[in-house]
Amino acid sequence: MVVAIILLLVAVGSVLFHIYSPWWWTPIATNWSYIDHTISITFWITGFVFFAVIAFMAYCVLRFHHKEGRQAHYNPENKKLEWWLTIGTAIGVGAMLAPGLVVWHQFVTVPADATEIEVMGQQWSWNYRLPGKDGRMGTTDVRYVSSENPLGLNPDDQHGQDDVVIASEDLHLPVGKPVKVLLRSLDVLHDFYVPEFRAKMDMVPGMVTYFWMTPIRTGTFDVLCAELCGAAHAQMRSKVIVEEENDYKAWLEKQKTYAELSGRSAVMRATYESGGK
Amino acid sequence: MVDVPYDRIADVPPAEVPEVELYHPKSWWTQYVFSQDAKVIAIQYSLTATAIGLVALVLSWLMRLQLGFPGTFSFIDANQYLQFITMHGMIMVIYLLTALFLGGFGNYLIPLMVGARDMVFPYVNMLSYWVYLLAVLVLASTFFVPGGPTGAGWTLYPPQAILSGTPGQDWGIILMLSSLILFIIGFTMGGLNYVVTVLQARTRGMTLMRMPLTVWGIFTATVMALLAFPALFVASVMMLFDRVLGTSFFMPALVEMGQQMKYGGGSPILFQHLFWFFGHPEVYIVALPAFGIVSDLISTHARKNIFGYRMMVWAIVAIGALSFIVWAHHMYVSGMHPHFGFFFATTTLIIAIPTAIKVYNWVLTLWRGDIHLTVPMLFALGFIITFVNGGLTGLFLGNVVVDVPLSDTMFVVAHFHMVMGVAPIMVVLGAIYHWYPKVTGRMLDDWMGKFHFWVTFLGAYLIFFPMHYIGLLGVPRRYHEIGEAAFIPSSTHTLNAFITVMALMVGFAQMVFLFNLVWSYFKGRPSGGNPWRATTLEWQTPETPPGHGNWGKELPVVYRWAYDYSVPGAEQDFIPQNQPPRPTRAVQEAAP
Amino acid sequence: MSAIILFMAVIAVIIGWWLAQQRLTAKPWLEEGSIDRFPGTGAMTLPAAKIGLGVFLAVASSLFALFMSAYSMRMNMVDWRALPVPGLLWFNTGVLVVSSVALQWAYVAARRNSMDGVIVGLCAGGASAVIFLVGQLLAWQQLRAAGYFVASNPANSFFYMITAAHGLHLMGGLVALGRTTAKVWRGAEMPQVRLSVELCTIYWHFLLLVWLVLLGLLTGWTDDFVDICRRLLS
Repeated sequence: MVVAIILLLVAVGSVLFHIYSPWWWTPIATNWSYIDHTISITFWITGFVFFAVIAFMAYCVLRFHHKEGRQAHYNPENKKLEWWLTIGTAIGVGAMLAPGLVVWHQFVTVPADATEIEVMGQQWSWNYRLPGKDGRMGTTDVRYVSSENPLGLNPDDQHGQDDVVIASEDLHLPVGKPVKVLLRSLDVLHDFYVPEFRAKMDMVPGMVTYFWMTPIRTGTFDVLCAELCGAAHAQMRSKVIVEEENDYKAWLEKQKTYAELSGRSAVMRATYESGGK
Repeated sequence: MVDVPYDRIADVPPAEVPEVELYHPKSWWTQYVFSQDAKVIAIQYSLTATAIGLVALVLSWLMRLQLGFPGTFSFIDANQYLQFITMHGMIMVIYLLTALFLGGFGNYLIPLMVGARDMVFPYVNMLSYWVYLLAVLVLASTFFVPGGPTGAGWTLYPPQAILSGTPGQDWGIILMLSSLILFIIGFTMGGLNYVVTVLQARTRGMTLMRMPLTVWGIFTATVMALLAFPALFVASVMMLFDRVLGTSFFMPALVEMGQQMKYGGGSPILFQHLFWFFGHPEVYIVALPAFGIVSDLISTHARKNIFGYRMMVWAIVAIGALSFIVWAHHMYVSGMHPHFGFFFATTTLIIAIPTAIKVYNWVLTLWRGDIHLTVPMLFALGFIITFVNGGLTGLFLGNVVVDVPLSDTMFVVAHFHMVMGVAPIMVVLGAIYHWYPKVTGRMLDDWMGKFHFWVTFLGAYLIFFPMHYIGLLGVPRRYHEIGEAAFIPSSTHTLNAFITVMALMVGFAQMVFLFNLVWSYFKGRPSGGNPWRATTLEWQTPETPPGHGNWGKELPVVYRWAYDYSVPGAEQDFIPQNQPPRPTRAVQEAAP
Repeated sequence: MSAIILFMAVIAVIIGWWLAQQRLTAKPWLEEGSIDRFPGTGAMTLPAAKIGLGVFLAVASSLFALFMSAYSMRMNMVDWRALPVPGLLWFNTGVLVVSSVALQWAYVAARRNSMDGVIVGLCAGGASAVIFLVGQLLAWQQLRAAGYFVASNPANSFFYMITAAHGLHLMGGLVALGRTTAKVWRGAEMPQVRLSVELCTIYWHFLLLVWLVLLGLLTGWTDDFVDICRRLLS
């Protein structure tokens, strides 16, 4: 009796906790509400199964606990019942998997008009790079990394000269424009993680990974590292500021390009412009 | 003459086994220390695993103290926190759960349940334990070497595992990898025994379909472990090369703290593939023995045959096979080719179907049963709840797109603790209450057992259920403190403190359990040979505790499956597996 | 991961084939009594050591398949520079073949009850296996002398690691072979050594097979094959 009630209370309590929990996902700031919807579907299906199984179990304990003279029913199996349960489970699984795969397809299909930006992690800070006026980012290699060239841009690559370099500062993004975030790391695994964006991806030294998103509301968001990267993993922070197009342009004007930062701006710019014309 | 198949009544003579080459101990040392008796080896495994598991338990307290009350305990800094989580995870997954289920329960139960005298290679079996012990000692020694144990997380991802930004880069990681290599060598020796004993040493009449699900679970898990552990072995050896010899298997060109390193060209993702090719089967290596054991607990204590035995066996085999093609679901956000996501999400969710069938069959076994709410049964019920909970949250993380926001958050921590921490531990504890009488001849104290169950079950549930929601909120795992972040409300800290208090209470309950183990050994109620009135062979031994060689002069002969409970028309509500069928009257008359 | 997936598929087929004969669809609760009606469902009748060796070979194959998987994944990276295969390896391969043949000789002799043949086979097999190991060490030295150090390129690292893994397995085999020889030396009767000789022979053939596959991998012969596999699986 008591056992059955406690088991039932666990099920009911879990559902109530879920409903009234003050801890819930952050208000979304990108187009990835599809992901939230998929999570909701999953919560409904799994919640139903969870409650049904435990309630059934509690009932069994209440109804069939040992009493003097009770004999258990002899029933080795019930093929029909098992098949129905299997089919039902398969349908439930399909109902979660299908939307999941559809959304994943969107997730890995970057729209053609997405602007590329780059996030580079290192122990333990974030750096960003935006393509310059030519709209393309220059190549990089960790072999070029030095104190003057913290992101390791290729000094001989024309496309890299006008790239906007933001070392250890906050990143700004325009609202409503799709961006393809290219991810790079200098040393160990990191993960560019903004809870409000939902999307995230590990940054792996030696390769470039990516995800894409469209910010849908303005605001300032915390950037955290979500892949263990050493002693100061928890302190690896930055901010992303999503703002209106005009504010963004005003901010962008104030940023320095790679050529300017590397101190060879005059020479390089001349080369670049003559090459461009 | 009545038409009766001749063999239904034939009293089968015991198998003609040649004199088994048992090593008969000659001294105290060879009987209790360098013993070749699987039962003694099982106890040695269990005690060693428990001892190192207690270290991991204390580490979890320290972690929780730091998380619940950040800044209060000045002796825990970020480095130590990382070392604690790493050692806690590695110990719990490999040195406790794997060793306990396979080395402990496997060694004790396989020979007894299949009716063998001992494991088939007793000497190798003994070596297996001593190599395991050496692995544990090497692991424990890292607490005392310069730089301390590694803090790379139990997944040991390169490059950070062997770079100086991670604690324990000097000796910790080298000894950790060496310890893993030793563990795998030791396990392989034991694993060969478990598999071959099931294949070759089953007693007469013990077909595969008459084996208890416990044996099925441990057997399948061992086969998987034998095939999967080499992946960890290869990954460990390669990482040792990278760390010690400066090769670049996993190490790309990188700049560490402003210094160009001499590594180049390697692939961190390659390590992840190897690691998870072991790591995912490992989840089921822990889960399948638990599935098997809990099936037997439920059946025995509900006095009812396990519902859908055949489905249960097929499900175990199916899960074992499928678990080798789902590994990359741990790597959805690792940067591997995104198209893998489609394949691995599908296989991962498919594996939920056989797993769900098992859950249904457990609860359907309760239906119209005669449920004795003994302590083992309570733990079995606790297992079902925590396993259903943890299994269902697995559907979130296995579904690739849902995993994207949740990966590397506390949701993951809550999920895997529920499904492969709390749930298997529930089974381990229930199993100890169940088989302790066979091992010692005495019952564990019931009152302490019930106290232990309720505090452990409710406490663990209250630790890990709310933790999912911290993860849903977005708090990342492996943070020694959350720090300042606008999206985290202050109430989260209250919840963290609550979880810490619960963790300490659950830990305290385990002390009661340990006391019970010791106290009952001396003062417990004598149990007799078969206190739970169970059908399986281990309860039918001539002596309790079973002597060397398990069975008297003759091996038992098996006449029926392992679940003849409450058979209509039978005198008792159980029929032991070795009880011959009753001769029909026609045969009695025909007999001279 | 193509090599290991392929290997696992083979293992799955073997296990599936064996399980298929074990009447997994029977309803055990209806089958009270003896199992004499169903031959083959009881315990295996092979000696435990032989089954044990079979299982161990599966484990060792898994290990080498994983090394090969890692190799084939790593060799696609840009920094891979294949190393020249020392000519000595061909000689070593020949010695290993001789070793295997000698063991086969011992095995055949054991079946014909010829103890002299067993002794000759075991000694020749053991000696040639030792020569193989020494030859491998010499090959390492030649490579070192030519400037191919373990850490200078991943191809080198794999070469040293994989040959070491194979060599260690052979050393383990030599321990078993030594024990068998010692048994013969002490004058054991044929029935007591026949099984040991057979197991050593199986293990030797296995290691020869592994070595031939590894040699194909290290010399690049299997590149094309690996390429095909990769395309099939990705």
